[in-house]
Amino acid sequence: MSAVETKSTSEVVASKPNQHGYKAFTLGEFAFSRDEYFVYVKWPTGSHVMSADAFLRALQRDVAWDFFYGIVNFDGVVGTMNHYGTVDLFAGRYNDSYRKAELDHVENFETPLIRETFKSMLDDWTNKTFDPFASPFETGTAFGGKNGENRAAINRHRVTAKRMVSVAGDEPIRTDANGFPINRQFKDVPQDEPEIKAELGFENEVASFNLFAYLSRSNVTWNPSVVSVCKDSLYCPTTEEYILPIIHGNDRVEWFIQLSDEIYWDVEDRDSGAARAKVVMKAGDVSAMPAYIRHQGYSPKRSMLLVWENGSPDLPALISSGKLPSVPAEF
Amino acid sequence: MSDYVTRFGSLESYTKGGVEIIDDDPKHYTFSNIFEVASKAKPYQKIAVAKNIQYVVEVQRAEGTSDWRAAAHDEFALVMDGEVQIRLLKLAEPSIVPSGTDGSIRLAGKPEGKPMGTVKARRGHLTLLPAGAAYQFHADRPGVILLQTIAGKDTEFRWAEICQTASRNVPFSVA
Repeated sequence: MSAVETKSTSEVVASKPNQHGYKAFTLGEFAFSRDEYFVYVKWPTGSHVMSADAFLRALQRDVAWDFFYGIVNFDGVVGTMNHYGTVDLFAGRYNDSYRKAELDHVENFETPLIRETFKSMLDDWTNKTFDPFASPFETGTAFGGKNGENRAAINRHRVTAKRMVSVAGDEPIRTDANGFPINRQFKDVPQDEPEIKAELGFENEVASFNLFAYLSRSNVTWNPSVVSVCKDSLYCPTTEEYILPIIHGNDRVEWFIQLSDEIYWDVEDRDSGAARAKVVMKAGDVSAMPAYIRHQGYSPKRSMLLVWENGSPDLPALISSGKLPSVPAEF
Repeated sequence: MSDYVTRFGSLESYTKGGVEIIDDDPKHYTFSNIFEVASKAKPYQKIAVAKNIQYVVEVQRAEGTSDWRAAAHDEFALVMDGEVQIRLLKLAEPSIVPSGTDGSIRLAGKPEGKPMGTVKARRGHLTLLPAGAAYQFHADRPGVILLQTIAGKDTEFRWAEICQTASRNVPFSVA
């Protein structure tokens, strides 16, 4: 494995467009390019190819989540690890075979540099026909030569409620009028709102909304967004359809509460990729994802999943040092 | 084109999934089902189904009228089944919940304070239980509340009773 010191310049290094109309990008010793079908990643000890649609779906999540909690594996080879201020970009680091062959490579970047490079790549490589956040049935093709851009789709507002959606001054509920029609797979979800009777002077403190209706109007998939906040406890529900475009490696315990329908999870060892478990979650099921695993979900029908996070910035160091357990409870 | 059917669970009808182990300990997944937990709970018993250090998600079986409770921090009640009336009251003396207290505390009877209002919440409705306010739940028929809060002295941890402890093969519902 090779590792270098943190790269701190925030200048994006990009080429002129190639014969397909796409720029190539360089980040440290990593090089990224795409053609009509594929994305190519090169580093000093190897190279890798991914389908352009899968790469862009993963890149979209990494950009939108600002590298999220822990590891965002684009697939079994390439991905990022968030150190909250800096980010590792890796190839083969969490792949047992690459590690044993000493073909893995990691570089650490100041977050603004990798953020801006990834944003530029997403912007340049996403054609007007493709929405990386949408389910496959709800978007056109990612393939072909450069064909316009889709900035409205890739720069969507990410919901991060400060207290709770619907509270005065916080994130609004979703309606037809503000551009959120009910999704085709959630037409049967009741849209009734709670009956609120607030006494005079307490109109802004008595707050409630229909979370399920709110989720039925989400126009993205696999995009946890904060709807309620109890200190570092964050309710991050999301609507899921088809496959989670990344394999999420935890740096803390994460919880899933299945609100509707069902999802199948493949769970692997976070560091080696060895299979650990399969989890089938149906409506009402609750499951922890321990801090030592990575997971990828499959949702045959659009479903509602409550992702519950402890956003404390202290957790990764406390868990990796053994001061906190990597499992939620001992019994 | 299919007519899609969205499947929610309820006390009367739920199907449980599970964890099929390949190389791990099933207890590390702390797998349970909120409707199963609520179906065996006493009214308004606060049973943790998820825990992340000091934070918890509790299941409560809503049935009849709860005690009045209050917390020094916001809590959030998501109704997962049934219909629950939530009564809110601004405490005249907020210090009855000492600052820094984790989770809610049970109050002896209805506390002094101004009525803030009520919320009639049904399945899927998420309600703010504001810091410094007392609240009481009422349900004419059994329902289920999922509470986002911090573990307090009345939070019950019953992992061995509610969680899957051995590998289980669960078929997919689809196909």
